[in-house]
This record gives sequence, structure tokens and C-alpha cells, in this order.
Amino acid sequence: MANIVIDGKSFTVKDGITIIEAIDQVKSELPRYCYHPGLSIAGNCRICQVEVDKMPGTVIACNTRVAEGMVIHTQSEKAKDSQKVVLEFLLANHPLDCPVCDQAGECKLQDYYMEYGVYDSHFDETKVKKTKKGVSVGPTIMLDQERCILCSRCVRFGDEITKTHDFGIFGRGDRAKIDIYPGKELDNKYSGNVADICPVGALTDKDFRFKMRVWYLGKQESVCPGCSRGCNISVEFEKSRPYHLKNDRVMRLKPRENKDVNQWWMCDEGRYAYKSIDQNRIKAIKASRMNPQWKDTLEEVAGILKKASLSAWGLIASPQNTNEELYLTKRLFLDTLKWKQAAFKAPGQDGFEDNFLIKKDKNPNTLGAEKILNLGANEDMTAIVEKAKRGELEGLFIFNHDLAKIFGAETLKVIRQKVKTIIYQGTNLNPTAEIADIVLPAVTYAEKDGTFTNFEGRVQRIRKAVEPFAGTLPDWDILLNLAGLLGLTLKYLRPEHIFDDLAKENSAFKEMNYKKLGNTGLIWSQ
Amino acid sequence: MEAILSRNFNISNAWKLSVAEERGAYQTAKKVLTSSKPEEVLAAVMASNLRGLGGAGFPTGKKWSFLPKNNPKPVYLVINADEGEPGTCKDRYILERDPHQMIEGIIISAFAINSHKAYVYIRGEYVRPYENLQAAVDEAYTKGYLGKNALGSGYAIDLVVHRGAGAYICGEETALLNSLEGGRGLPRLKPPFPAIVGLFGCPTIINNVETVACVPHIMKNGAEWFAALGIPGCGGTHLFSISGHVEKPGVYELPMGVSLKDIIYKNAGGILGGRQLKAVIPGGISAKILTAAEVDVKMDYDSLKNAGTMLGSAGIMVMDETTCMVKMLYYATKFFAHESCGQCSPCREGTGWAHKIVTRIYSGHGKIEDLDELLRIARNMERRTICVFADAAAWPILSYIGKFRTEFEQFITQGKAALLEPAGAH
Repeated sequence: MANIVIDGKSFTVKDGITIIEAIDQVKSELPRYCYHPGLSIAGNCRICQVEVDKMPGTVIACNTRVAEGMVIHTQSEKAKDSQKVVLEFLLANHPLDCPVCDQAGECKLQDYYMEYGVYDSHFDETKVKKTKKGVSVGPTIMLDQERCILCSRCVRFGDEITKTHDFGIFGRGDRAKIDIYPGKELDNKYSGNVADICPVGALTDKDFRFKMRVWYLGKQESVCPGCSRGCNISVEFEKSRPYHLKNDRVMRLKPRENKDVNQWWMCDEGRYAYKSIDQNRIKAIKASRMNPQWKDTLEEVAGILKKASLSAWGLIASPQNTNEELYLTKRLFLDTLKWKQAAFKAPGQDGFEDNFLIKKDKNPNTLGAEKILNLGANEDMTAIVEKAKRGELEGLFIFNHDLAKIFGAETLKVIRQKVKTIIYQGTNLNPTAEIADIVLPAVTYAEKDGTFTNFEGRVQRIRKAVEPFAGTLPDWDILLNLAGLLGLTLKYLRPEHIFDDLAKENSAFKEMNYKKLGNTGLIWSQ
Repeated sequence: MEAILSRNFNISNAWKLSVAEERGAYQTAKKVLTSSKPEEVLAAVMASNLRGLGGAGFPTGKKWSFLPKNNPKPVYLVINADEGEPGTCKDRYILERDPHQMIEGIIISAFAINSHKAYVYIRGEYVRPYENLQAAVDEAYTKGYLGKNALGSGYAIDLVVHRGAGAYICGEETALLNSLEGGRGLPRLKPPFPAIVGLFGCPTIINNVETVACVPHIMKNGAEWFAALGIPGCGGTHLFSISGHVEKPGVYELPMGVSLKDIIYKNAGGILGGRQLKAVIPGGISAKILTAAEVDVKMDYDSLKNAGTMLGSAGIMVMDETTCMVKMLYYATKFFAHESCGQCSPCREGTGWAHKIVTRIYSGHGKIEDLDELLRIARNMERRTICVFADAAAWPILSYIGKFRTEFEQFITQGKAALLEPAGAH
């Protein structure tokens, strides 16, 4: 350990870390462009200048290591002047096209100019012209060479993280420019990350470009439901102008740092999957009566379930649901109604997997479902579906699964013919919802609170980013209401309370609560 | 003074092994490899006060001693023959006219630092020097002076000659390593220094051509003899390249600490056409300029540092009274704007920015405020980058304007035409 002083405050930090790491650890501020904690040190932008006692001039914080007794100044006149001087160089040839630049509002050139610059420009010469402005470099990313400050983060991302070696810096001096290698395309499973790490408007995301100025965005911490990794994300949505894009509320997803899960990254598949939050949603209840409302529909469902024989109904629960919802599913269907046939796993649905972030299990909560429902060898739904096909079932209660996608349209057709009552509870339109007798519209992960358990048993919170569409309810709320009608009185106001009971009952969640889970989650105790 | 490094420069075909051997080549190396210990070579080099002759003047023995002890990785010896500093052509003479002198130095130096593989990174434009060097290396291999059993000593030394592709920055030792590895010639962040993490991630010593060429002479005649050739703390002789407005430009081998005035007026025969001296750059384009009144200075690292400039590559550029300083600065900033690797923002943007301003002044559109602006840009570039290129680019600006400000002001206010350029001035 080393005792150091940063701006007059004493800290004890690990010996041998860089000054910038120390500054980040103690939550102090320092401008940076090329430095990124997930990438190697480039030391080329030169903005992170600090003054260190007994060292001449100023030094860069990203490549200077702390030593015992080091006294560091980030705000001294010398340090600030040095930061400002470097910023002036970085902006010298910058086109200053902020009014038409999509990075405006989250641009580090803008931010640092306001914070560390605020000088009158001395640059009176013709700026260097670079040819690629607003040029596509792949399916997801646009390149603007003139805005680039050559920090090389994207180059290092391709070299060190994806190892796809996409970008290079070509040319020397002020003619140096960022570009994709000739004949190449930026098309890998993680290409969207380069727009995140680009500190300026050089690399922008085609999907988000010109959709919305970032200062209109609200942000909510959540977890990507795209696979069992559970990458920590920020759900970014229309905050202040609901009239702007009508029903498109969620604008983009951004990765959120979690060193134990996804570091600073997320895959493109997860990043661009947010559209299902607003599109193709089930918004209307379907029941036997015309113009059904929640109250009478749930009463109808309760009536059916009351009469249902234990052995003639099948439950297909969903690993897309939260731990809280699965816990209620268990309490209601397994503990109270004592159904014998229950499953949640869909066969043959494994997708792409790599040895970085992407997992083949495309559900966010398979492990939670396993642990909570505790179905053992029966978790696969094939047996139930086979029974249904043979006409041995009278009813099916399906959460979120589309049987047509899993077993084929033909199977679904047979099931429809052979099974008298099909109840579907889910978020998005699909053939199974279409053929169901009763459809209960549920909400997506972005519209509710809860927790998912990822592939390694890490329990992580999702948080409500946007309000549910009118006519839709969270699964936990639907289940609570249904439980009440079936004589199981559960007094939970919020998912947090459900979780507290789950933690008491299920040893895997022992001693966990929302506060302890915090922003980055906790691993199961066993 | 007896010629040491340059003793074979005027012997025809000294680059051929037969001629070189007649003049004693490889005898010292053979003796050292068969009867000395590496520590003895290191001790001798330390005692000789040999300093790196590429420009920085770092004590060579000290540099060698930075290699990690008990290191399991291979150690590389890299010879910096990327002589690109404008005004400098000293290494060229060794490479082209007496390559065996350097190869012998490499053999002894590699033996001293326990290296079995050496690289010579030679400037791409040096075609003839490359041809002669490669021929010399080939002959040395054929004779068994290089290879698995170098000079019959049982010590293995491989030597590879690698040609650069024309970038000035590849003369910066860590950019050179990157280039040698097949990457872009971008200087590396330090620390780590090459002695710890160098070529291919292994401990590496990078020495200049002339520096290693000194080593056989030290081993042959003794460290004390070598130290006595120079001045305290800086032993030996140095090859000075003199160009510009002198009667006899060329490469001169003179002792360390020789007077600059003497070099110009005695060795180089004085100013061309008997004109008046105006200014001298003592150590390649990167060194700060000296006015005619400042040339009474000793040519060694410390004396020139005290005079506010540097010995650098010992490339002396002499300018007479007909020289236009605006034009000089125009070419200096053009060079640095062209050669900046573009990695660090102050250098990348600063060199181009400064050159645009100087170009504007030179084309007759300057403003008086431009001069202070140039000084401001230059000062802001200094000491804020990975390597010293930005400092080198700043110094001509600071020193030309600093010492010839009136001339710059006149150029701006009275126009280019007011300053008549006499014929033959360049």
C-alpha cells in the first residue's frame, strides 16, 4: 500500500497502480480521452496532466505510477494550465460541427472544454480536411474522421477485446486519421461498443443517430435479458417529450460497468434487442367475454383454475420472468394448486455462445427458475407438450413461451385442437398468444422491478425504466391478484417484499435483500 | 590528431573484409571473445567514459548495466543506424566505408551484454551504405566471424540488417523497436525502458553506430587511453558532420570538447566565399541555433547544454549572412510537421499548426502577433509528449524567433521583397 495525497486529501491506495487509477478509486475527477480502464495504456491524448511534487513540469496520470508519499495535484494552476493547453491542441483541427453532431451532449470535447478549457480560439489557419465524414464502416457504426482525436480506443478495442483488428490509424502528423482496414467491415458481435468508448463524435451508432438529443434521455440501471450472462445495462428512454416519438419510448441500451459480469461491454445482439419493449406488444386482454377488463378476466381465470384437475393441466413457466415472479408461480401453482405437471425449459433453443460475454442460453433467469421451481428432471417442457399433443391435457397455462417457435407451427395447431383451454401470459405477440383462449398482457423487464439470476448464480436487480402500457400488468402483479382469488392471500406491495420472503425460504438467496444486491448484484451463497 | 574511427574512411574498399583485415579488423574481437570476460568489457566501457553518440549522450556502460540480472529472456542488441537527423551524415561514413569496424564493435558489445542476436536498423534511404554493410555482414558470416561459433570462440552471434522505410521518427529508439517488430514506427511509452522491456518484449540495448564502433578501440588501446582522448566525463573522439556555408563541408573526426569556432574556421576552412557568419546549428536540426557571437563554445554534451543548446547528432549547419531565418524556420517546421508520428496531440497538432503559421509568414501574409503565437505553441508542445520529437520541433521555433526576432518582424512588416536574397543563398 502507498500513502498518497491527491489535492490535499490523504489516501492509502495499492502500491504501483497508476495515478489515474488512484484518482478513479477515490472518486476524484480528471479529464481523459485515450485512457480506458478496460484497454491498454496508450498515453497519446496527453490530457490527464497532473502536477506531482518533486517531478518537473506535469506528467500524465495514466502512465505514472503512485509511490509512497506522492503528492499529486489535479487542480493546481500548473496542472490545469497543462490540461487546457492539451485540449487546445486536440480542438485545433476539430471541425466544431456540434450542431449537426450526434455526440453533442455526451461529447468529452464539449464537456472538457466547458470544464477545463473556456479559452478564446487562437487557431486562425485552414483546418486539415479529412475525407470520410459520415461514412458507414459496418452495419452498426458511422465514421467521421474529422471529429476523431486519434485516442486509439477503438483500435485497441479491436486489437485487445474482440481481436478482430478492425481499425487502424493511417498517415502521420496532423494527416493521421482513423479508418477501417481496406476491404474490411466493422462487423463483429461487439461492434456497438466502439461508439460507447469513442469519447467524441467520430464513431456513432447508426441505430441511435439523430433519433434524439441525449439530454432528453432518462436512464435506468438494469440488466440485459438477452442471455444468461446478465450484462449490466442502462436503459435509456424518452424522458421529457412523450409526444416526440409516440410509442417508441426506449431509445437505446448502454453497457454499465460491472467488473464481475460484463466489465464495460455488451454484445450487439443484446444492445439492439430493446425494440421489443415498445414494438409488437400485447396490449389488450383476451378472454371469453367481449371487451374484457382485468377484474373479470382474472375472475374467469380463477374460476377455471379452481375447477381444473391437478393431473389434467400443464404449467409452462418462463425463465424470462424474475425470481420474484417465479417464486409466486411456485407458491400458486405448485404449493397451493399442487399441479403435477410443470416445466419451464424449452428444448433446442440454444443459440450462439462465445468465450467472452455471449451465452447460449438466451434466457436471463434459467438458474433462478431451476432453483426456485425446483422441478429437477421435469423442467423440460417436451413431456407436457407431448401429452398435450396426445390429447391427454385439458388445459395449459403458458408464460411467455411461443410453442410455435420451439416445436413448430404444426405442433401448435395440434395442441390447439387437442387442448380445451389455453391461457397465455406474456409480453409480445406471437402465434401461441394468438391461439390462446385467454391472454393476459404482461410487461417487459424495462417496465418492472425484480431480479434475475445469471448463469453463475449472480442475483442482479432490474428496475422500472418506463411505465407499463395501459392495460398491461407486471407478471408478479397478475400472479398476486390471481393468488388472492384462489384463496392464497399474499400481502406484497412491491417485488422487494416478495424477494424478502424468497430469501427467507430459499437457501440460495439466503440473507440477500435489494439493498445488499446494490448496483452490481451478489452471487448465491452456495 | 590520429584518426581512430575514421582511419579507414579514405582507404579504398575498406568495406571489403580482405582490406579491413589487412588493417587489423577483428583482431581485438577475437582476443576479447577468447580471453576476456563480459564483465571486463563492461568495466572497460564504463571506465572509458564512452557516451552514446546518437544524440542523447547517455553513458554507454551505464546503459548496459541497466539490463536485468538473472534474466531468463534473450537479450537483444539493436544498432540504431537510422541516421535521419538533418545535417548529419557521420554514421553513413562508417556504414559505407568501414562497416567491419562496426561489426567488430557489435561482436564485442553483444558478448559484453550476453546477447546472441543483434539487429542493425539502417535508414532506408542509405542504399549504398546498406549494400556495403550487407556485403560486409555476409563476408563476416562466410569467414565464421559471425554465426554459431563467432571467431572460433564458441560464442554465438547472429546479426541481421533491417532497412527502414523512410520515417525520421524510427530513429527514436522505441519507434525503431516497433518498426523492427513490423509495427508502425510509434515511440513507446516509458517506462518500461528498453533495457527491461525492449524488442519482442525482451531486454534490449540500443546503441548508435558510432558508439559501438568505438568499442573495439577501447578494448584494443585501453579505457584510459580512450578517456584521455576526450574531456572529463566524456571520452573519445566524435565524428562531426559539417554542412552549409563553409569552404570544406564534410565529416571530421575530432576530440570531444573541440571548439566549434575551430571546426568552422580551421577544419572546414571558414565561411564560404569569405562572407560573414550569421548562425550555426551545432547538433542537427533539433538543436537550438547559436548566433555568430555564440560560436566560441566547446563541442561536448555539457558545454553545449550550458550554452542553451545541445551536441545532439553533432551535425553542424553553418549559415552565413545571406541566410533568411524565416526561410530556415519554414524548412524546419515543414520537416517536423511532415515527420511527426501523429501519436500525441500536442505534437501532431502543434507541428502542423506552427508550420501553417510560418508558411503564412513566409508567403508574405504574416502578422506581428504570429510570432508570439508561434512561441506560445512551441512552449506548449514542450515536455508534453511521449518522446522528445515535440521538444525538438519546438526548439527551432523558440531559438530562431528568440534570437532573430527583429529579422522576423522586418520580414512581416516590410514584406519579403524588402529582404533581398543574394544569389547562391540557400
